[in-house]
Amino acid sequence: MNIHVTINGKNYSHDVEPRLLLIHYLREVVGLTGPHIGCETSLCGACTVELGGKAVKSCTMFAVQANGASITTIEGLAANGKLHAIQEAFWNEHGLQCGFCTPGMIMASKQILDRNPNPTEEEIRHGLEGNICRCTGYQHIVNAVKAAAKATGA
Amino acid sequence: MIPQTFDYTAPATLDQALALIAQGAKPLAGGMSLIPMMKLRLAAPEHLVDIGRLKELNYIREDAGALHLGAGCTHYEVETSPLLRGKCPLLSETAAHIGDVQVRNMGTIGGSIAHADPSADYPAALQALEAKIVLRGAQSQRTVAASAFFLDTFATALEPGEIVSEIIVPVEEAGAGASYQKMAQPASGFAIVGVAARLRRSGGKIAMARIGVTGLAGRSFRATAAEKALENTAGSAAEIQAAAALVAQGVEANSDLHASAEYRKHLAAVYAGRALFAALARTA
Ligand SMILES: Cc1cc2nc3c(=O)[nH]c(=O)nc-3n(C[C@H](O)[C@H](O)[C@H](O)COP(=O)(O)OP(=O)(O)OC[C@H]3O[C@@H](n4cnc5c(N)ncnc54)[C@H](O)[C@@H]3O)c2cc1C
Ligand code: FES
Ligand code: FES
Repeated sequence: MNIHVTINGKNYSHDVEPRLLLIHYLREVVGLTGPHIGCETSLCGACTVELGGKAVKSCTMFAVQANGASITTIEGLAANGKLHAIQEAFWNEHGLQCGFCTPGMIMASKQILDRNPNPTEEEIRHGLEGNICRCTGYQHIVNAVKAAAKATGA
Repeated sequence: MIPQTFDYTAPATLDQALALIAQGAKPLAGGMSLIPMMKLRLAAPEHLVDIGRLKELNYIREDAGALHLGAGCTHYEVETSPLLRGKCPLLSETAAHIGDVQVRNMGTIGGSIAHADPSADYPAALQALEAKIVLRGAQSQRTVAASAFFLDTFATALEPGEIVSEIIVPVEEAGAGASYQKMAQPASGFAIVGVAARLRRSGGKIAMARIGVTGLAGRSFRATAAEKALENTAGSAAEIQAAAALVAQGVEANSDLHASAEYRKHLAAVYAGRALFAALARTA
Protein backbone atom coordinates (compact mmCIF):
# COMPACT_ATOMS: atom_id res chain seq x y z
CA MET A 1 0.00 0.00 0.00
CA ASN A 2 1.23 3.48 -0.85
CA ILE A 3 1.58 5.88 2.09
CA HIS A 4 2.39 9.57 2.33
CA VAL A 5 3.82 10.95 5.54
CA THR A 6 5.56 14.09 6.68
CA ILE A 7 8.52 13.33 8.91
CA ASN A 8 10.38 16.16 10.62
CA GLY A 9 8.93 18.55 8.05
CA LYS A 10 9.91 16.50 4.98
CA ASN A 11 7.43 14.66 2.77
CA TYR A 12 7.90 10.97 2.02
CA SER A 13 5.96 8.50 -0.06
CA HIS A 14 6.60 4.75 -0.01
CA ASP A 15 4.99 1.46 -0.94
CA VAL A 16 4.84 -0.62 2.21
CA GLU A 17 3.42 -3.93 3.34
CA PRO A 18 0.51 -3.36 5.79
CA ARG A 19 2.32 -5.45 8.41
CA LEU A 20 5.37 -3.18 8.45
CA LEU A 21 5.63 -1.62 11.91
CA LEU A 22 6.13 2.14 12.06
CA ILE A 23 9.44 1.73 13.92
CA HIS A 24 10.80 -0.51 11.14
CA TYR A 25 9.55 1.96 8.54
CA LEU A 26 11.31 4.86 10.27
CA ARG A 27 14.57 3.02 10.90
CA GLU A 28 14.92 0.81 7.85
CA VAL A 29 13.00 2.51 5.06
CA VAL A 30 13.45 6.18 5.93
CA GLY A 31 16.82 5.69 7.66
CA LEU A 32 16.01 7.52 10.89
CA THR A 33 17.68 5.44 13.60
CA GLY A 34 17.04 7.89 16.43
CA PRO A 35 13.92 6.06 17.62
CA HIS A 36 15.24 2.86 19.21
CA ILE A 37 13.87 -0.64 19.53
CA GLY A 38 14.16 -1.70 23.16
CA CYS A 39 11.52 -4.29 23.88
CA GLU A 40 9.36 -4.37 20.77
CA THR A 41 6.50 -5.29 23.12
CA SER A 42 5.03 -1.84 23.92
CA LEU A 43 6.62 -1.64 27.35
CA CYS A 44 9.87 0.37 27.25
CA GLY A 45 9.05 3.52 25.27
CA ALA A 46 12.44 3.71 23.48
CA CYS A 47 10.57 3.82 20.15
CA THR A 48 8.40 6.81 21.12
CA VAL A 49 7.76 9.33 18.35
CA GLU A 50 5.22 12.11 17.96
CA LEU A 51 2.40 11.47 15.54
CA GLY A 52 -0.10 14.25 14.92
CA GLY A 53 0.97 15.85 18.21
CA LYS A 54 0.60 12.65 20.24
CA ALA A 55 3.43 10.58 21.69
CA VAL A 56 3.05 7.00 20.44
CA LYS A 57 5.06 3.80 20.66
CA SER A 58 6.06 3.24 17.07
CA CYS A 59 6.65 -0.48 17.68
CA THR A 60 2.92 -0.90 18.34
CA MET A 61 1.60 0.74 15.25
CA PHE A 62 1.62 -0.11 11.56
CA ALA A 63 3.16 2.37 9.14
CA VAL A 64 -0.09 2.31 7.15
CA GLN A 65 -1.93 3.73 10.18
CA ALA A 66 0.29 6.81 9.88
CA ASN A 67 -0.74 7.46 6.28
CA GLY A 68 -1.36 11.20 5.86
CA ALA A 69 0.05 12.04 9.28
CA SER A 70 2.83 14.28 10.43
CA ILE A 71 5.56 12.61 12.49
CA THR A 72 8.34 14.08 14.59
CA THR A 73 11.27 11.92 15.68
CA ILE A 74 14.16 12.87 17.95
CA GLU A 75 16.05 13.92 14.80
CA GLY A 76 13.47 16.65 14.21
CA LEU A 77 13.93 18.51 17.48
CA ALA A 78 17.21 20.38 17.05
CA ALA A 79 16.93 23.31 14.67
CA ASN A 80 19.62 25.35 12.94
CA GLY A 81 22.40 23.57 14.81
CA LYS A 82 20.80 24.40 18.15
CA LEU A 83 19.54 21.74 20.54
CA HIS A 84 15.90 21.78 21.63
CA ALA A 85 15.41 23.08 25.20
CA ILE A 86 14.60 19.55 26.43
CA GLN A 87 17.77 18.13 24.82
CA GLU A 88 19.77 20.93 26.39
CA ALA A 89 18.22 20.19 29.79
CA PHE A 90 18.93 16.42 29.54
CA TRP A 91 22.56 17.31 28.81
CA ASN A 92 22.91 19.84 31.63
CA GLU A 93 21.08 17.75 34.24
CA HIS A 94 22.74 14.41 33.39
CA GLY A 95 19.37 13.03 32.23
CA LEU A 96 21.17 10.25 30.36
CA GLN A 97 23.95 7.75 30.85
CA CYS A 98 24.11 5.14 28.07
CA GLY A 99 21.57 7.13 26.08
CA PHE A 100 19.56 4.19 24.80
CA CYS A 101 16.27 5.32 26.33
CA THR A 102 16.93 9.01 25.65
CA PRO A 103 15.22 9.52 22.26
CA GLY A 104 12.01 8.07 23.70
CA MET A 105 12.41 9.86 27.03
CA ILE A 106 12.79 13.18 25.30
CA MET A 107 9.77 12.63 23.06
CA ALA A 108 7.67 11.63 26.10
CA SER A 109 9.01 14.69 27.98
CA LYS A 110 8.00 16.86 25.03
CA GLN A 111 4.47 15.48 25.27
CA ILE A 112 4.34 16.36 28.98
CA LEU A 113 5.49 19.95 28.40
CA ASP A 114 3.36 20.49 25.28
CA ARG A 115 0.27 19.62 27.30
CA ASN A 116 1.31 21.22 30.56
CA PRO A 117 4.17 23.75 30.51
CA ASN A 118 4.44 23.72 34.31
CA PRO A 119 4.12 20.13 35.51
CA THR A 120 4.57 19.02 39.11
CA GLU A 121 7.06 16.26 39.89
CA GLU A 122 4.14 13.84 40.20
CA GLU A 123 2.78 14.87 36.80
CA ILE A 124 6.22 14.40 35.26
CA ARG A 125 6.52 10.89 36.70
CA HIS A 126 2.95 10.05 35.54
CA GLY A 127 3.91 11.25 32.04
CA LEU A 128 7.05 9.11 31.95
CA GLU A 129 5.38 5.89 33.10
CA GLY A 130 5.63 4.40 29.62
CA ASN A 131 9.41 4.85 29.38
CA ILE A 132 11.99 2.64 31.04
CA CYS A 133 15.56 3.65 31.82
CA ARG A 134 18.04 1.05 33.03
CA CYS A 135 20.76 3.56 33.96
CA THR A 136 19.77 6.81 35.58
CA GLY A 137 17.29 5.84 38.27
CA TYR A 138 14.99 8.50 36.76
CA GLN A 139 15.77 11.31 39.23
CA HIS A 140 18.03 13.18 36.80
CA ILE A 141 15.48 12.70 34.02
CA VAL A 142 12.78 14.24 36.20
CA ASN A 143 15.19 17.08 37.04
CA ALA A 144 15.83 17.59 33.33
CA VAL A 145 12.12 17.91 32.55
CA LYS A 146 11.77 20.43 35.38
CA ALA A 147 14.77 22.38 34.07
CA ALA A 148 13.34 22.36 30.53
CA ALA A 149 10.01 23.64 31.87
CA LYS A 150 11.84 26.45 33.61
CA ALA A 151 13.96 27.28 30.58
CA THR A 152 11.02 27.44 28.19
CA GLY A 153 8.73 29.22 30.67
CA ALA A 154 11.31 31.92 31.38
CA MET B 1 7.89 -9.77 16.19
CA ILE B 2 6.49 -9.53 12.69
CA PRO B 3 2.80 -10.31 12.23
CA GLN B 4 1.40 -12.49 9.50
CA THR B 5 0.45 -10.69 6.31
CA PHE B 6 -2.98 -9.09 6.08
CA ASP B 7 -4.96 -6.61 3.99
CA TYR B 8 -5.60 -3.16 5.42
CA THR B 9 -8.46 -0.79 4.65
CA ALA B 10 -9.06 2.62 6.16
CA PRO B 11 -12.65 3.39 5.16
CA ALA B 12 -13.95 6.96 5.16
CA THR B 13 -17.30 6.16 6.75
CA LEU B 14 -18.70 3.91 9.45
CA ASP B 15 -21.12 2.33 6.97
CA GLN B 16 -18.24 1.26 4.72
CA ALA B 17 -16.43 -0.13 7.78
CA LEU B 18 -19.50 -2.06 8.92
CA ALA B 19 -19.99 -3.52 5.43
CA LEU B 20 -16.44 -4.89 5.48
CA ILE B 21 -16.78 -6.15 9.05
CA ALA B 22 -20.00 -7.93 8.02
CA GLN B 23 -17.88 -9.82 5.48
CA GLY B 24 -15.51 -10.97 8.20
CA ALA B 25 -12.90 -8.19 8.38
CA LYS B 26 -11.57 -7.38 11.84
CA PRO B 27 -11.77 -3.89 13.33
CA LEU B 28 -8.53 -2.16 14.30
CA ALA B 29 -9.03 0.74 16.69
CA GLY B 30 -6.05 1.95 18.75
CA GLY B 31 -4.19 -1.32 18.20
CA MET B 32 -2.98 -1.41 21.79
CA SER B 33 -4.26 -4.92 22.36
CA LEU B 34 -4.63 -6.24 18.82
CA ILE B 35 -1.16 -5.35 17.50
CA PRO B 36 0.72 -6.96 20.43
CA MET B 37 -1.37 -10.10 19.85
CA MET B 38 -0.65 -10.05 16.11
CA LYS B 39 3.07 -9.63 16.77
CA LEU B 40 3.00 -12.68 19.01
CA ARG B 41 0.90 -14.41 16.33
CA LEU B 42 -1.83 -15.05 18.85
CA ALA B 43 -4.06 -13.27 16.35
CA ALA B 44 -3.75 -13.46 12.57
CA PRO B 45 -6.65 -11.56 10.99
CA GLU B 46 -6.70 -11.61 7.20
CA HIS B 47 -8.23 -8.20 6.77
CA LEU B 48 -8.01 -5.23 9.13
CA VAL B 49 -10.48 -2.37 8.92
CA ASP B 50 -9.13 0.74 10.59
CA ILE B 51 -11.97 2.28 12.58
CA GLY B 52 -9.53 4.27 14.70
CA ARG B 53 -9.72 7.29 12.40
CA LEU B 54 -13.49 7.50 12.00
CA LYS B 55 -14.74 10.88 13.23
CA GLU B 56 -18.21 9.30 13.46
CA LEU B 57 -17.01 7.23 16.42
CA ASN B 58 -15.22 10.08 18.14
CA TYR B 59 -17.49 12.29 20.25
CA ILE B 60 -18.52 12.90 23.83
CA ARG B 61 -21.88 14.61 24.26
CA GLU B 62 -24.64 15.09 26.77
CA ASP B 63 -28.21 14.23 25.94
CA ALA B 64 -31.21 13.97 28.29
CA GLY B 65 -29.33 13.32 31.51
CA ALA B 66 -26.86 10.89 29.97
CA LEU B 67 -23.39 11.13 28.48
CA HIS B 68 -22.75 9.46 25.14
CA LEU B 69 -19.20 8.47 24.19
CA GLY B 70 -18.26 7.28 20.73
CA ALA B 71 -16.37 3.98 20.87
CA GLY B 72 -13.39 5.66 19.21
CA CYS B 73 -12.66 8.05 22.10
CA THR B 74 -9.13 7.46 23.28
CA HIS B 75 -8.33 6.85 26.93
CA TYR B 76 -6.59 10.25 26.89
CA GLU B 77 -9.75 11.95 25.62
CA VAL B 78 -11.83 10.26 28.32
CA GLU B 79 -9.24 11.19 30.95
CA THR B 80 -9.18 14.88 30.00
CA SER B 81 -12.70 15.65 28.68
CA PRO B 82 -14.02 18.63 30.68
CA LEU B 83 -17.59 17.35 30.18
CA LEU B 84 -16.77 13.95 31.68
CA ARG B 85 -14.61 15.37 34.44
CA GLY B 86 -17.50 17.57 35.49
CA LYS B 87 -20.40 15.15 35.04
CA CYS B 88 -18.98 11.64 35.28
CA PRO B 89 -15.59 11.98 36.97
CA LEU B 90 -15.39 8.26 37.76
CA LEU B 91 -14.87 7.45 34.08
CA SER B 92 -12.10 10.07 33.65
CA GLU B 93 -10.40 8.89 36.83
CA THR B 94 -10.50 5.30 35.58
CA ALA B 95 -9.07 6.23 32.17
CA ALA B 96 -6.13 7.96 33.85
CA HIS B 97 -5.18 4.62 35.43
CA ILE B 98 -4.78 2.81 32.11
CA GLY B 99 -1.26 1.90 31.02
CA ASP B 100 0.86 4.93 30.19
CA VAL B 101 0.54 8.13 28.17
CA GLN B 102 1.45 6.51 24.86
CA VAL B 103 -1.14 3.77 25.38
CA ARG B 104 -3.79 6.30 26.42
CA ASN B 105 -3.05 8.39 23.32
CA MET B 106 -3.93 5.47 21.03
CA GLY B 107 -6.15 3.00 22.90
CA THR B 108 -9.92 3.48 22.73
CA ILE B 109 -12.76 2.78 25.13
CA GLY B 110 -14.56 0.72 22.50
CA GLY B 111 -11.46 -1.38 21.84
CA SER B 112 -10.86 -1.95 25.51
CA ILE B 113 -14.33 -3.23 26.27
CA ALA B 114 -14.61 -5.26 23.05
CA HIS B 115 -11.32 -6.94 23.96
CA ALA B 116 -12.71 -7.72 27.47
CA ASP B 117 -9.43 -8.42 29.17
CA PRO B 118 -10.40 -9.62 32.67
CA SER B 119 -7.84 -7.16 34.13
CA ALA B 120 -8.90 -4.10 32.13
CA ASP B 121 -9.84 -0.99 34.09
CA TYR B 122 -12.94 0.40 32.35
CA PRO B 123 -15.22 -2.56 33.12
CA ALA B 124 -15.20 -1.82 36.87
CA ALA B 125 -16.39 1.76 36.28
CA LEU B 126 -18.91 0.74 33.59
CA GLN B 127 -20.45 -1.86 35.93
CA ALA B 128 -20.66 0.66 38.80
CA LEU B 129 -22.17 3.26 36.44
CA GLU B 130 -24.71 0.74 35.05
CA ALA B 131 -23.51 1.83 31.63
CA LYS B 132 -25.28 0.89 28.42
CA ILE B 133 -23.38 -0.28 25.40
CA VAL B 134 -24.62 0.30 21.87
CA LEU B 135 -23.72 -2.42 19.37
CA ARG B 136 -24.01 -1.80 15.66
CA GLY B 137 -23.88 -4.04 12.64
CA ALA B 138 -24.34 -3.23 8.97
CA GLN B 139 -28.12 -3.71 9.33
CA SER B 140 -28.64 -3.68 13.07
CA GLN B 141 -28.40 -1.69 16.25
CA ARG B 142 -29.10 -2.78 19.83
CA THR B 143 -28.28 -1.63 23.33
CA VAL B 144 -27.16 -3.93 26.12
CA ALA B 145 -26.42 -3.25 29.78
CA ALA B 146 -22.79 -3.49 30.87
CA SER B 147 -23.84 -6.32 33.20
CA ALA B 148 -25.00 -8.31 30.15
CA PHE B 149 -22.11 -7.28 27.87
CA PHE B 150 -19.12 -8.77 29.69
CA LEU B 151 -19.56 -12.54 29.54
CA ASP B 152 -16.19 -14.04 30.36
CA THR B 153 -12.44 -13.69 29.72
CA PHE B 154 -12.15 -12.09 26.24
CA ALA B 155 -15.84 -12.89 25.65
CA THR B 156 -18.62 -10.34 25.20
CA ALA B 157 -22.16 -10.07 23.87
CA LEU B 158 -20.80 -8.88 20.49
CA GLU B 159 -22.09 -11.00 17.61
CA PRO B 160 -20.07 -11.52 14.41
CA GLY B 161 -20.36 -8.39 12.25
CA GLU B 162 -21.13 -6.13 15.21
CA ILE B 163 -18.99 -3.42 16.73
CA VAL B 164 -19.28 -1.37 19.89
CA SER B 165 -20.37 2.01 18.60
CA GLU B 166 -21.27 3.94 21.75
CA ILE B 167 -21.06 3.84 25.54
CA ILE B 168 -23.76 5.59 27.58
CA VAL B 169 -23.19 6.60 31.20
CA PRO B 170 -25.39 8.65 33.52
CA VAL B 171 -24.74 12.25 34.50
CA GLU B 172 -23.76 11.88 38.13
CA GLU B 173 -26.35 13.38 40.50
CA ALA B 174 -25.25 16.32 42.60
CA GLY B 175 -23.89 15.15 45.93
CA ALA B 176 -22.83 11.73 44.69
CA GLY B 177 -19.23 10.60 45.17
CA ALA B 178 -17.21 7.99 43.30
CA SER B 179 -13.72 6.53 43.19
CA TYR B 180 -11.71 3.88 41.36
CA GLN B 181 -8.94 2.15 43.28
CA LYS B 182 -6.63 -0.40 41.74
CA MET B 183 -3.71 -2.61 42.59
CA ALA B 184 -1.66 -2.34 39.40
CA GLN B 185 0.56 -5.12 38.09
CA PRO B 186 3.85 -3.21 38.23
CA ALA B 187 5.16 -4.14 34.76
CA SER B 188 2.06 -3.82 32.57
CA GLY B 189 -0.07 -1.54 34.72
CA PHE B 190 -3.11 -3.82 34.33
CA ALA B 191 -5.35 -4.25 37.38
CA ILE B 192 -4.59 -7.26 39.55
CA VAL B 193 -7.77 -6.10 41.22
CA GLY B 194 -9.65 -2.83 40.62
CA VAL B 195 -12.79 -1.59 42.35
CA ALA B 196 -15.02 1.32 41.34
CA ALA B 197 -17.45 2.63 43.95
CA ARG B 198 -20.30 5.15 43.65
CA LEU B 199 -22.25 6.43 46.65
CA ARG B 200 -25.04 8.90 47.23
CA ARG B 201 -26.11 10.11 50.67
CA SER B 202 -29.49 11.41 51.64
CA GLY B 203 -30.72 12.36 55.12
CA GLY B 204 -27.57 11.02 56.77
CA LYS B 205 -27.94 7.61 55.12
CA ILE B 206 -26.41 5.95 52.10
CA ALA B 207 -29.23 6.09 49.60
CA MET B 208 -27.39 4.41 46.73
CA ALA B 209 -24.30 2.23 46.52
CA ARG B 210 -22.82 0.77 43.33
CA ILE B 211 -19.67 -1.31 43.27
CA GLY B 212 -17.95 -2.60 40.11
CA VAL B 213 -15.08 -5.08 40.29
CA THR B 214 -12.44 -6.00 37.71
CA GLY B 215 -9.40 -8.27 37.80
CA LEU B 216 -10.82 -10.61 40.41
CA ALA B 217 -12.67 -13.05 38.17
CA GLY B 218 -13.01 -14.00 34.49
CA ARG B 219 -15.48 -11.18 34.00
CA SER B 220 -16.12 -7.84 35.66
CA PHE B 221 -19.22 -7.72 37.82
CA ARG B 222 -21.32 -5.68 40.23
CA ALA B 223 -20.93 -6.64 43.88
CA THR B 224 -24.65 -6.51 44.64
CA ALA B 225 -24.48 -8.17 48.08
CA ALA B 226 -22.02 -5.54 49.27
CA GLU B 227 -24.17 -2.77 47.73
CA LYS B 228 -27.28 -4.01 49.55
CA ALA B 229 -25.40 -4.32 52.84
CA LEU B 230 -24.39 -0.68 52.62
CA GLU B 231 -27.61 0.93 51.47
CA ASN B 232 -29.70 2.52 54.23
CA THR B 233 -26.81 2.43 56.67
CA ALA B 234 -25.09 5.55 58.00
CA GLY B 235 -21.88 4.50 56.22
CA SER B 236 -19.77 4.17 59.37
CA ALA B 237 -16.26 2.80 59.07
CA ALA B 238 -17.43 -0.54 60.45
CA GLU B 239 -20.34 -0.71 57.99
CA ILE B 240 -18.03 0.05 55.06
CA GLN B 241 -15.53 -2.60 56.15
CA ALA B 242 -18.31 -5.13 56.55
CA ALA B 243 -19.64 -4.37 53.06
CA ALA B 244 -16.16 -4.46 51.51
CA ALA B 245 -15.62 -7.92 52.98
CA LEU B 246 -18.62 -9.17 50.96
CA VAL B 247 -17.21 -8.12 47.56
CA ALA B 248 -15.27 -11.32 46.95
CA GLN B 249 -17.67 -13.66 48.69
CA GLY B 250 -18.64 -16.64 46.57
CA VAL B 251 -16.53 -15.42 43.64
CA GLU B 252 -14.45 -17.92 41.71
CA ALA B 253 -11.26 -15.83 41.64
CA ASN B 254 -8.54 -15.84 38.99
CA SER B 255 -5.12 -17.12 39.89
CA ASP B 256 -1.87 -16.44 38.04
CA LEU B 257 1.78 -15.77 38.75
CA HIS B 258 0.99 -12.23 39.91
CA ALA B 259 -1.58 -13.16 42.55
CA SER B 260 -3.21 -16.34 43.82
CA ALA B 261 -7.00 -16.56 44.02
CA GLU B 262 -6.87 -16.21 47.78
CA TYR B 263 -4.66 -13.10 47.60
CA ARG B 264 -6.90 -11.55 44.92
CA LYS B 265 -9.92 -12.01 47.16
CA HIS B 266 -8.06 -10.36 50.00
CA LEU B 267 -7.08 -7.47 47.71
CA ALA B 268 -10.65 -7.10 46.50
CA ALA B 269 -11.86 -6.47 50.06
CA VAL B 270 -9.00 -4.05 50.77
CA TYR B 271 -9.47 -2.07 47.55
CA ALA B 272 -13.26 -2.08 47.89
CA GLY B 273 -12.79 -0.52 51.32
CA ARG B 274 -10.47 2.14 49.89
CA ALA B 275 -12.80 2.91 46.99
CA LEU B 276 -15.81 3.16 49.31
CA PHE B 277 -14.04 5.43 51.81
CA ALA B 278 -12.76 7.66 48.98
CA ALA B 279 -16.23 7.78 47.36
CA LEU B 280 -17.85 8.62 50.69
CA ALA B 281 -15.40 11.46 51.28
CA ARG B 282 -16.44 12.91 47.92
CA THR B 283 -20.18 12.86 48.63
CA ALA B 284 -21.58 16.24 49.53
C1 LIG C 1 1.81 -1.33 27.55
C2 LIG C 1 0.32 -1.47 27.69
C3 LIG C 1 -0.26 -1.30 28.93
C4 LIG C 1 -1.64 -1.39 29.09
N1 LIG C 1 -2.17 -1.21 30.33
C5 LIG C 1 -3.50 -1.27 30.51
C6 LIG C 1 -4.09 -1.04 31.79
O1 LIG C 1 -3.40 -0.71 32.77
N2 LIG C 1 -5.43 -1.13 31.90
C7 LIG C 1 -6.23 -1.44 30.85
O2 LIG C 1 -7.44 -1.50 31.00
N3 LIG C 1 -5.71 -1.67 29.61
C8 LIG C 1 -4.37 -1.59 29.43
N4 LIG C 1 -3.85 -1.81 28.16
C9 LIG C 1 -4.75 -2.17 27.05
C10 LIG C 1 -5.28 -0.91 26.38
O3 LIG C 1 -6.24 -0.30 27.22
C11 LIG C 1 -5.91 -1.13 25.01
O4 LIG C 1 -6.01 0.14 24.44
C12 LIG C 1 -7.30 -1.65 24.91
O5 LIG C 1 -7.36 -2.87 25.59
C13 LIG C 1 -7.69 -1.91 23.45
O6 LIG C 1 -8.20 -0.77 22.82
P1 LIG C 1 -7.71 -0.41 21.33
O7 LIG C 1 -8.52 0.73 20.89
O8 LIG C 1 -6.25 -0.24 21.33
O9 LIG C 1 -8.20 -1.71 20.54
P2 LIG C 1 -7.45 -2.63 19.48
O10 LIG C 1 -6.18 -3.17 20.03
O11 LIG C 1 -7.41 -1.95 18.17
O12 LIG C 1 -8.53 -3.81 19.39
C14 LIG C 1 -8.71 -4.74 20.46
C15 LIG C 1 -9.77 -5.76 20.07
O13 LIG C 1 -11.07 -5.17 20.02
C16 LIG C 1 -11.60 -5.18 18.70
N5 LIG C 1 -12.23 -3.87 18.55
C17 LIG C 1 -11.62 -2.65 18.60
N6 LIG C 1 -12.54 -1.68 18.57
C18 LIG C 1 -13.75 -2.30 18.51
C19 LIG C 1 -15.10 -1.82 18.48
N7 LIG C 1 -15.42 -0.52 18.53
N8 LIG C 1 -16.10 -2.74 18.43
C20 LIG C 1 -15.82 -4.07 18.40
N9 LIG C 1 -14.57 -4.57 18.43
C21 LIG C 1 -13.56 -3.69 18.49
C22 LIG C 1 -10.45 -5.50 17.78
O14 LIG C 1 -10.86 -6.18 16.63
C23 LIG C 1 -9.57 -6.35 18.68
O15 LIG C 1 -10.06 -7.67 18.72
C24 LIG C 1 -2.46 -1.70 27.97
C25 LIG C 1 -1.89 -1.88 26.72
C26 LIG C 1 -0.51 -1.77 26.56
C27 LIG C 1 0.09 -1.96 25.20
S1 FES D 1 10.45 -0.78 21.57
FE1 FES D 1 8.49 0.13 21.51
S2 FES D 1 7.95 0.21 23.58
FE2 FES D 1 9.85 -0.83 23.65
S1 FES E 1 20.36 6.22 29.96
FE1 FES E 1 20.75 4.14 29.68
S2 FES E 1 18.74 3.34 29.53
FE2 FES E 1 18.37 5.37 30.11
